[in-house]
Amino acid sequence: MSLLEIDKLSVTFDGEDGPVHAVNDLSLSINRGETLGIVGESGSGKSQTAFSIMGLLAPNGRTGGSIRFDGQEILGAKPKVLNKIRAERIAMIFQDPMTSLNPYMRISDQMTEVLTLHQGLSKRDALAESVRMLDAVKIPAAKERIRLFPHEFSGGMRQRVMIAMSLLCKPDLLIADEPTTALDVTVQAQIMDLLGDLQKDFGMATILITHDLGVVAGFCERVLVMYGGRVMEQGPTEPLFAEPTHPYTRGLLAAVPRVDDEDATMKAIPGNPPNMAAPPQGCPFRPRCNYAGDDCRVMPPLAAFDTGRARACHRPIAEVTA
Amino acid sequence: MSPLLSVRDLHVKFPITRAGDMPWTKPRFLHAVNGVSFDLEPGKTLGVVGESGCGKSTLARGLIQMVPATGQVKWRGETDLLSLSPRQIKPYRSEIQMVFQDPLASLNPRMTLGQIIAEPLRTHRPEVSGKERRARVAQMMERVGLLPQMINRYPHEFSGGQCQRIGIARALIVEPKLLICDEPVSALDVSIQAQVIELLKELQRDLGLAMIFIAHDLSVVKNISDEVMVLYLGRVMEKAPKALLYDNPQHPYTQALLSAVPIPDPVAERAKQIVPMTGDMPSPMNPPSGCVFRGRCPRAQADCAEVVPQPDDDLHRVACIHPGPMRDSELAQHAAG
Repeated sequence: MSLLEIDKLSVTFDGEDGPVHAVNDLSLSINRGETLGIVGESGSGKSQTAFSIMGLLAPNGRTGGSIRFDGQEILGAKPKVLNKIRAERIAMIFQDPMTSLNPYMRISDQMTEVLTLHQGLSKRDALAESVRMLDAVKIPAAKERIRLFPHEFSGGMRQRVMIAMSLLCKPDLLIADEPTTALDVTVQAQIMDLLGDLQKDFGMATILITHDLGVVAGFCERVLVMYGGRVMEQGPTEPLFAEPTHPYTRGLLAAVPRVDDEDATMKAIPGNPPNMAAPPQGCPFRPRCNYAGDDCRVMPPLAAFDTGRARACHRPIAEVTA
Repeated sequence: MSPLLSVRDLHVKFPITRAGDMPWTKPRFLHAVNGVSFDLEPGKTLGVVGESGCGKSTLARGLIQMVPATGQVKWRGETDLLSLSPRQIKPYRSEIQMVFQDPLASLNPRMTLGQIIAEPLRTHRPEVSGKERRARVAQMMERVGLLPQMINRYPHEFSGGQCQRIGIARALIVEPKLLICDEPVSALDVSIQAQVIELLKELQRDLGLAMIFIAHDLSVVKNISDEVMVLYLGRVMEKAPKALLYDNPQHPYTQALLSAVPIPDPVAERAKQIVPMTGDMPSPMNPPSGCVFRGRCPRAQADCAEVVPQPDDDLHRVACIHPGPMRDSELAQHAAG
């Protein structure tokens, strides 16, 4: 059985100008110890998917479908149930480590709180365990620095603290929402390296949400590409990057410059991302797609092909990849 | 060809007062830009890269006197911009224009698109008639890919990519010779980044613009630049034509920076050799003696603390006394230690 199974998830926000369908008909599963990347641009629905897993949607958000964690339905579960699962079994790290740490509390207090609350450890044991975890994320002089406040750390160090905190209860699933977007490339490389090591050591499943195809290429076994609230293509990382079969995935890969490429070419995708309050009918990528036809006014189903791959496009693979 | 802009030994210092300082206490200085020199020819692009806090934005602001700078900034080989009074510098302002990072924050929310693009014309070319001004605005809008019916809309009605087009139109309406772009695409989505870069390159080709392109994304800089300058703690670590710098980086910092860039290809990304760099950037308030990078350098030796590297080669400038590509033995030694 998969660790997490999402079936036909939909997320809708009631806005002033009518409902906004942020996520439509999303299904995915992730096994224990697996790494899954969710890639998409802003407004693609990738973060809202993560928020619905954690039960953190904004109050005007409505959900449909099902999210089962370890066999238990958690979509729409009561806070009491969720609080047991959150932090203990599913942990999340966010983009901006400064706003997700409490500026008034010492790191030691924020970390030991997790352990005393969820695992009933004594203050002293909790502190020892927290220091051990800061060592694990390679914060030098952890024993002294645990007494500091968040603002006394650099951005990279703060993200390390966040990671240490999320791993305190040894979760089965870690959701990382743009964990390195606010960091410099050199620090990003260090943090991704660290996350990779920890993922292997702790054996937790990890969902990495990002817009950076390079980060996904280095970290994930499987990738899911989202656009306009829908899954466009998914599959194991290597074949998906080697031969993307959806026009959007192909466009995205061509738009990203490669530093190891002679001219670092970038090929723009014409047009703008869809306005999610008034999305195009059918496939959300239709207005920007070179292959679009009249049949694209009906959303194509996510159809499986090859091993573990799937794509949502009416055009045959041979036509798109030619 | 004589350079359009010739910068020699540019310094920017900010006085820092601490709590408890008395009025007669000598202020301490944060040396944000430390001895930067370069030449920029018409129609060429200089890329400036570095981590946050390295002084790349301050450098741009120093060049156009938005912050007080010392040194020499020669425009077209004659006028030193730094010696001019605010009144004297005004004619030069329309020759050098700027595009900023946050496309929405850099546009006045209470002005319409048409007013925003026309404003530099009103300021710098008051002699242009209203009719002529409207024609030029319309022409410029078309040039950057904005539709004529958008002219009365406000910035919040546009997407990030469109706002950046407005920012570019506003900068180009006074026909500058030099465009300084400070992280112009880092707030945009990947597919939109490519659109804006293509637009900038096209405009550069057609108008013969010189550009200073500041960014932290080394792949984008590689795409657009002719020459690239790597900054660290306000100093130039390496400066070379694009092909030399990317294919044959000599400074350990450049090598570390380049190896950290993720490659969107699982095979290449997992096979690449990372040049290690330890710790965080030191505080610019008290930088290390000698080479400012030595605290994080995998190759640092005792003499790095004593000598401030003085590069001499002008084509490929390297501020390092032990330059050269990392040897496998050095990388292995670091991985083991």
